[in-house]
Amino acid sequence: MSEITRRKLVTSSMAAAGGLLLSRKARAEPTWKGLPLEKNASIRVLRWKQFIQAEFDGFVANTKKFTEQTGVKVRVDAENWDDLRPKAAVAANVGAGPDIIMGTNDDPFKFAEKLLDVTDLAEYLGSKYGGWYPIARTYGMLGKKWIALPQGATGGCLNYRISTLHAAGFEEVPKDLAGYLKLCQGLKKAGKPPGFALGHATGDANGWVYWCLWAHGGKMVDDDNNVVIDSPETVAALEYAKQLYPTFIDGVLSWNDASNNKAFLADQISLTLNGISIYTVAKNSPEPALNAIAKDMDHANMPIGVTGKPTEQQNILNTYSYTYTKYPNAVREYLRFMWEKEQADAWETASNGYIAPPLPAWNDNPIWTVDPKVTPFRDVLKYALDVGYSGKLGYASAAVMGDFVAVDMFAEACTSDQTSKAAAQRAAERAKRYYKA
Amino acid sequence: MTAEVQLADRPAARRRQTAARLFDNRHFLGWLFMLPAASILLVFLAYPLGLGFWLGLTDTPIGEPGHFIGLANFVSLSRDSVFWLSVFNTIFYTVVASFFKFFLGLYLALLLNRRLPFKSLLRAIVLLPFVVPTVLSAIAFWWIYDPQFSIVSWALIQLGLIDHYIDFLGQPWHARFATVVANVWRGIPFVTITLLAGLQTISPSLYEAATLDGASALQRFRFVTLPLLSPIIAVVMTFSVLLTFTDFQLIYTLTRGGPINATHLMATLSFERAITGGHLGEGAAIADAMVPFLLAAILFSYFGLQRRRWQPGSR
Repeated sequence: MSEITRRKLVTSSMAAAGGLLLSRKARAEPTWKGLPLEKNASIRVLRWKQFIQAEFDGFVANTKKFTEQTGVKVRVDAENWDDLRPKAAVAANVGAGPDIIMGTNDDPFKFAEKLLDVTDLAEYLGSKYGGWYPIARTYGMLGKKWIALPQGATGGCLNYRISTLHAAGFEEVPKDLAGYLKLCQGLKKAGKPPGFALGHATGDANGWVYWCLWAHGGKMVDDDNNVVIDSPETVAALEYAKQLYPTFIDGVLSWNDASNNKAFLADQISLTLNGISIYTVAKNSPEPALNAIAKDMDHANMPIGVTGKPTEQQNILNTYSYTYTKYPNAVREYLRFMWEKEQADAWETASNGYIAPPLPAWNDNPIWTVDPKVTPFRDVLKYALDVGYSGKLGYASAAVMGDFVAVDMFAEACTSDQTSKAAAQRAAERAKRYYKA
Repeated sequence: MTAEVQLADRPAARRRQTAARLFDNRHFLGWLFMLPAASILLVFLAYPLGLGFWLGLTDTPIGEPGHFIGLANFVSLSRDSVFWLSVFNTIFYTVVASFFKFFLGLYLALLLNRRLPFKSLLRAIVLLPFVVPTVLSAIAFWWIYDPQFSIVSWALIQLGLIDHYIDFLGQPWHARFATVVANVWRGIPFVTITLLAGLQTISPSLYEAATLDGASALQRFRFVTLPLLSPIIAVVMTFSVLLTFTDFQLIYTLTRGGPINATHLMATLSFERAITGGHLGEGAAIADAMVPFLLAAILFSYFGLQRRRWQPGSR
């Protein structure tokens, strides 16, 4: 007890001194002032199901290390992304279940009052590792309180074929909307079109349509959660998408999250929005044809639109614990351990750069620079907006995305099933039904 | 001592007597023996059904208690174009798929009812689509319908019949028919095997008598087979319609309701709104909205077909 008091005293006085007197560089490294672990603590972690086995193995290896060092038993279960959401909500409601959930996006905002306050931990990690990215703060904080620890993002970048890009007369992916449209038209003319999902593909379809909407200054809701999707900016975004759509390969309307991976690896498309998975598969495949694709492909961030700022939409991984946990100290200690750079680095290396870091200090991991084709994925959190932009995260933002309101709006306009104006109106009606409450 | 025991025992003896009398009572015993079955029905069927109705009248989100909001969910759904599209899709899907399942299933059953070589083997093969888990067969169809890798498109191109891949799931009407075909493929065995069982209960002597009376093959079917099979048809088609109307797995795996909600059934929309979207109340309301349709289907088959003569000679 006395040691903790002393430690507390030292750190708080150091923080005060650091804030007042020292420059950021010269400031001493913050120390974690965790409370003593509960006796015989044992915690259960429910996380998202792995796509890359090595990533999961790396995660489990870190967990094992934690158990060896602290004696706290940790059980790790993994489930599909979509199944985590209802389970997390039910756990919040009944007050029992896993101690920690590693889920996605705005889930914690649906039951914020049931969550363990991790403000001290998040502030410690933030000050130690260069400050959280703004979007990580958006996804982690409710008011001034941290209710979740962002784990990063399964970053999405443009995946493109270098040879087709050259054939279309480009040296790199243009950074503006007009150039990007020209690129897509050029790729189509070069015989290997782009392909972007317009079906109910949670990651891939939402990813590019929200980018397109935000890039034109459109948004679902304003700062006060009023639905403002029916706007001239949205219509401009839809008109732009209508020009993009004819350049896409046939069938994108039925694409799910796996379709663009298949088409890209089958040498059918030359441009799509995806995580690192296409490249990883192609690079590590025993098939020479796929290795050739890996050699001929590269990645880029999405172009910047009329707002002059990046407007990417990314799948944010978000971790939270509940107030019902019997071992809050062990939970915090486990999370701290896993978020310390040593563990994060090992995990990131095992996953081959699958998760874009939420903290800038994680960026110096060599995995991001050994292969320059991986580098664009590192910084996606810098460029992303949250799914509730520019309103608040919560039930409505999750529901609007879960119901594919934006994707359907783009699909309706692109296929001329509706005029752009009508598609925007219909989307507004649908969104209002969620935001009314 | 003895007197005390007797005194103390008297109420116990009376209790025993009452119990014995109670257990001799047929009504009491009847209720008692029904209790386990009734409680299973109550807990696992009636309660979830009642809860589903109740949820439809609330704004319950996942994981939190909701508030009673009356018919607000239904009012809001009535103004929701996606909901009405899903109603249309569900009716279209059910009617077209059930129609084909019935005629193809009946045709197959009649074929299998004949003397065929390898009859048992053939019957086993017919059952195969029914045996494969729905999700697996849906994934197989997903590949068959793939806009880039479809084996159907590939074969047709190789034969020189078409010059580009068919977009099976990417256009609203293509997708509607493609999902119906997958459902028919999956549903035929159930109809076939059940009708086959019905066919085998029809006594051959009836056919012999009809033949002796000079009935043609068509007349034998029309006046012997069909009337005797109609109760089975009623049952099998009621089930088939119910299962098709509430289909979920096939659509969810193949299209997730796309393109532009053209294949969203009420069941998939209910799931999307309730679980993915987190609005349990609205999802439940969509599920509730399926009930009148299902009741209508059951009543139609009951009054339309079931009341026909069950056995020759009975009324």
